[in-house]
Amino acid sequence: MDTAVRVRGLTKRYGEVQAVGGIDLDIHAGEVYAILGPNGAGKSTTVEIMEGHRTRDAGEVSVLGVDPGRPTRAWRSRIGIVLQTANDVAEATVRETVRHFAGYYPGSKDPDEVIEQVGLTEKADQRIRKLSGGQRRRVDVALGVIGDPELLFLDEPTTGFDPEARRQFWELIAGLARGGTTIVLTTHYLDEAEALADRVAVVAGGRIVAEGEPKTLGGRAAAKALVSWSDEGGHHSLETDTPTRTVLELTARFDGEVPELAVTRPTLEDVYLRLIETPA
Amino acid sequence: MSQTLARPSAPALRAGQPSVTRLGLSRTVIENRMFFREREAVIFTFALPIIMLVLFGSIFSGEMEGTGLTVSQLYVAGLIGTATMTGFQNLGINVAMDRDDGTLKRLAGTPLPRTSYFIGKALNTLSVSFFQVVILLAIGVTLFGLELPSEASRWVTFTWVFVLGVVGSSLLGVAISSLPRSARSASAVIAMPFVVLQFISGVFIPIGQLPAWLVNVASVFPLKWMCQGFRSVFLGDAGVTLEVAKSYELDRVALVLGAWAVGGLVLCLMTFRWKSRRDG
Repeated sequence: MDTAVRVRGLTKRYGEVQAVGGIDLDIHAGEVYAILGPNGAGKSTTVEIMEGHRTRDAGEVSVLGVDPGRPTRAWRSRIGIVLQTANDVAEATVRETVRHFAGYYPGSKDPDEVIEQVGLTEKADQRIRKLSGGQRRRVDVALGVIGDPELLFLDEPTTGFDPEARRQFWELIAGLARGGTTIVLTTHYLDEAEALADRVAVVAGGRIVAEGEPKTLGGRAAAKALVSWSDEGGHHSLETDTPTRTVLELTARFDGEVPELAVTRPTLEDVYLRLIETPA
Repeated sequence: MSQTLARPSAPALRAGQPSVTRLGLSRTVIENRMFFREREAVIFTFALPIIMLVLFGSIFSGEMEGTGLTVSQLYVAGLIGTATMTGFQNLGINVAMDRDDGTLKRLAGTPLPRTSYFIGKALNTLSVSFFQVVILLAIGVTLFGLELPSEASRWVTFTWVFVLGVVGSSLLGVAISSLPRSARSASAVIAMPFVVLQFISGVFIPIGQLPAWLVNVASVFPLKWMCQGFRSVFLGDAGVTLEVAKSYELDRVALVLGAWAVGGLVLCLMTFRWKSRRDG
């Protein structure tokens, strides 16, 4: 499998603060890789170093085979970046802006197709200033993919979205991923990582504390299930590797319905909260 | 739909990068478009020199001793100097705003060369300044009896003073935009020295009435030389006795403006930051 991004021993310090304290990671070509972590964990710094927006103190970084510390035009035209916040190009229309940015790249996509892909065809002649937050974000994505990038960075793309806008946005990103674009996504929404990512890295205190597929992250799949129920004595719960047997036993004991029966496994959120509580 | 998701362009299809000049012209088009759509900014930019000219031209309507020239004609030449230097103030503020609202960071993530960005700003300024000059000349001719020169040589002088002046002031504007900490403080930081310069460079007060040390200070900066060049164009031989040196010193005008254009470019390349200070 081809490697799109390779990072070894990355560190970055701001004055007294060690923002990134030795990160290693490999992102494969064609996958969606999510970097998850609380604010100030170092995820944005890490991504900005990969994007060539920030210098690093130490470590090796290779993005599409190039050191982002020395970005070239040719390399820039192979990656796409969707930043956290931007309020620029307010007075231009969607179509004018997407067309203008298309001109920067040697092999850009068709502007009207990209506008359609991000679902803004009806707003194409609208000034960007007049768009809603979610629509603006779609323009950002359009500008990120207009150069037909091999690798797309999305930095907290759905912050401030309402739930419906977020679902629509996910579909857009999933569509790009199906088209073969490698996507590096930072987010602090767990459901977003779970819905989109092939693999997730949890960053806390400037380090990766866990990495893996969302469903197995932090030993989630192997974790014990929690069975809980009530009787005259109050509420009970039991951690077990064999929840089915426990439920059968309870069914026999109560001879039918078990009051307030629930069987739960740790959610990604449980795993995540545990991981970021105890940074390695 | 699945076809739009397919990746049509393999890396092999990516031709050479678009040329720096072509991208500079493309930036000019979008900069002009966005500038002229911001109605308030447009009105303010064009109204200020007009109001100044009408005001000063009406208040000081007398004749300059022994020259047959009116004071208002002097103001036309001086305010054309100001219009030529508008780029300094406009770009100083405008680029600081681009840095604040995310424009620069977005552009830094694309293959756009920064020279193309500078070209866009300079040509945008050239068009704005040109319109200002046309308006000032129209008012000068209709209200204040200004006679447009008929000799081609004077228009040649006008052209090189104007182009050198605009280029130098634009580059200086881009360079100084790194000085204010944010777009909000930019107008104060940049407007102040510009107003002072106008008072000591012969825009509002005839240069012959200023103390010698102030003239010496003004001589370091380009505005004094632009005004002098424009007086040679619009006041001609009749006005030469008003000059401190009893000559328009066009060779020195060329020298100083040329030096500022080159120095401005060097300053620009040395100080220009895509990012704001807090991005580090």
